[in-house]
Amino acid sequence: MSEVLQLKNISKHFAGVHALAGVNFSLVEGEVHALLGENGAGKSTLIKVMTGAYSLDSGEIRLNAKKIQPGSPADAQAVGISPVYQEVNLLPNLSVAHNLYLGREPKRFGCIQWKKIHRDAANLLKRFKLDIDVTRSLASYSVAIQQLVAIARGVDCSAKVLILDEPTASLDSDEVALLFDILRELKASGMAIIFVTHFLDQVYALCDRITVLRNGKLVGTYACATLPRPQLVAHMLGKELQEIESQPAKTRDQNETLLEVKNLQTREGLQHASFKASKGEALGLAGLLGSGRSELCEALFGLAQRRDGEIKFNGQALHLGKPAEAIKLHFALCPEDRKQEGIIAELSIRENIILALQARNGWWRAMTLQAQKKLANQYIQDLNIVCPHAEKALGELSGGNQQKVILARWLCTQPQLLILDEPTRGIDIGAHAEIIKLIRELCSQGLTLIVASSEIEELLAFSHKVLVMRDRRSHSVVEGEQLNEADLLRAIAH
Amino acid sequence: MSKLAELRQLPVLVTAALFLLLFLAGALQFDGFATPRVFFNLLTDNAFLAITAIGMTFVILSGGIDLSVGAVVALAGVLCAVLIEKLQWHPLLVFPTVIFLGTLFGLLMGSLIHFYQLQPFIVTLAGMFFARGLATLISEQSLPIEHSVYNTINNFGVLLPGRAWFGSASIILLLVCLFAIWFLHYTRTGGFIYALGGNRQSAKLMGVPEGRVTLCIYALSSTLAALAGIVYSFYTSSGYALAGVGLELDAIAAVVIGGTLLSGGFGYVHGTLLGVLIMGLIQTWISFHGNLNSWWTKIVIGCLVLIFIALQKFLAQGVSKQAAASST
Repeated sequence: MSEVLQLKNISKHFAGVHALAGVNFSLVEGEVHALLGENGAGKSTLIKVMTGAYSLDSGEIRLNAKKIQPGSPADAQAVGISPVYQEVNLLPNLSVAHNLYLGREPKRFGCIQWKKIHRDAANLLKRFKLDIDVTRSLASYSVAIQQLVAIARGVDCSAKVLILDEPTASLDSDEVALLFDILRELKASGMAIIFVTHFLDQVYALCDRITVLRNGKLVGTYACATLPRPQLVAHMLGKELQEIESQPAKTRDQNETLLEVKNLQTREGLQHASFKASKGEALGLAGLLGSGRSELCEALFGLAQRRDGEIKFNGQALHLGKPAEAIKLHFALCPEDRKQEGIIAELSIRENIILALQARNGWWRAMTLQAQKKLANQYIQDLNIVCPHAEKALGELSGGNQQKVILARWLCTQPQLLILDEPTRGIDIGAHAEIIKLIRELCSQGLTLIVASSEIEELLAFSHKVLVMRDRRSHSVVEGEQLNEADLLRAIAH
Repeated sequence: MSKLAELRQLPVLVTAALFLLLFLAGALQFDGFATPRVFFNLLTDNAFLAITAIGMTFVILSGGIDLSVGAVVALAGVLCAVLIEKLQWHPLLVFPTVIFLGTLFGLLMGSLIHFYQLQPFIVTLAGMFFARGLATLISEQSLPIEHSVYNTINNFGVLLPGRAWFGSASIILLLVCLFAIWFLHYTRTGGFIYALGGNRQSAKLMGVPEGRVTLCIYALSSTLAALAGIVYSFYTSSGYALAGVGLELDAIAAVVIGGTLLSGGFGYVHGTLLGVLIMGLIQTWISFHGNLNSWWTKIVIGCLVLIFIALQKFLAQGVSKQAAASST
């Protein structure tokens, strides 16, 4: 089998952060190669480098042993690399047919041949068992159909390499089966396929080889048949199976239940969640990407529309419609996407810290500048926030210190329930340890925490019990004797 | 699957219906309103606005805006006057020169927008001040143009039954219209304009050459504005630095009334033409009425723009709701 695509020593920085550091990757003719890793592992960056959407800092890309330097998606398309991206990335305002042939419309006498486009589009979609009116706008079809159209375009544009980034996220099982049939056909005809997904079932159903990335680094490339599932998960989450030792399980006296969630379902996609959290308990939320961790965190903070089920707080049923109501109940949420949803980069540390407290007090009762400064300085000291002074713009601090400021923002509202979604993502090791220590301390002070994390080690470091999420459902609670890496990995993987 | 998404065609249909309604209302109210003569005068009187608005359609379809067109119309007129009357150039040399300068001006603005990632609003606002300032600097007074070529052009045309005059301005407008329709629907670049307006990020990932298309869009808009300036100089037989003040806003209003989505990605050239004709028709109606202040035109146009924006918002919501419904 000949090597179609070869990536050597690929590196890419964004504002000083290594998105990719010396990654190697190879793709041979007629294989389906899974590219796996958690959020921020570098999968999307690697794909965007291959397809010319990003330039690379160092390294080289070879297509059929010939060095290529795609400067734009159009360049990559010209040499036969055309990816299908995560979300539907077509144009809803254009017709289905126009989407399929945009940029490569057949022309005669300087005019686009619409009749030919419509005929070809209908034929192309027949392969995907789609019998739809291709002249209508893409927006008039469901997301699943849009996704299939995007895949059809990718397949039709790709000469040798087909890249599918999370293609099955919005497809039902019949459509997935159909897609897999088509992919196997393509594979048999010699097409090399890169398949990015977080559905491990699909990886084992379809793929030949697996490449795992973690934090922008290559973990390894493995043959699918010889890599058991728990080991794959261990590679993805960063703990080698051999190193796993069971840690003494933490035991806690059964305290009064603070929060009880029963069969919670939301419009935003949470399928089912049931669990209890007691006062002074740290509940870990584990699960792979797309398992519903963030959806659950958001639902608890009034950021989702409830479809069914109930949330009980101190024995009282809640109807959380918006975050302001959750804040009134002394709930707090540090969101996953710190840059977009957490910090306000242009405001000072002080202004960021007082934000939630001021919002709860009401904007008419402004805190005096002196009170603000006192509060800010107190938290800068307590949480060991490294900064020259409280008036520095928050955007100029490191990720770890930004995270501490967000924590301070919520701690000064004296929360009863603190929800942390990936609190240690993208921060350095020193700050990482400090935040974990802080979580433990807060627990011992009687605060209830719900902490979502994709790092097993971290979850074990502070959790009293761990709720495992899978397929947007709460799957099981791991606690007591079972709270060790091996059992937790097994619960996440299977 | 409902046909709601296809209802996006609705604004154009509404515009067409509104035009017919106004025309009928005028016909019932006044003698001599529903004649070919009135209709063709609409074309002649509004040709410069329609040409500008067609250029604006390209820009708005791509999700941008061009505020400089009114000033470019004035500058083109003044340049024509100066080159013909003061420098004694032959008009047939002047027209291509002025159009070429318009293209250059648009290319410059497009480059600033693309290469420096500047807001089209600000860049074209600067372009507006620049062009208006330059035109006024050249001449503060209105400069009359008297040349045999102008007479020939103004006398060129076909007399249709009912004393309707299909003159050179209308012919140019018709040609521009045909060109714009061909360009938008039968060239790749035309498709790219819709693509950029639909979703800039997706368009780029699908291989749309954003830079080339952006430059092309603003060059086209300025070129058509320069052409509109020349047509306006036929119409008035002069060049005046304060001509076309606020024309860019009329053009935007015509585009919106014509059913083009202000955020880009959806709309048609014939919609824009209908938008211009409706604005002209209201003016005609007021002049037939005789007793009304002509500024009522602006009030009616203001109301129409609001109604059309509301209609688009309503339709867009319907479409997204339908998409959400069909995905679950």
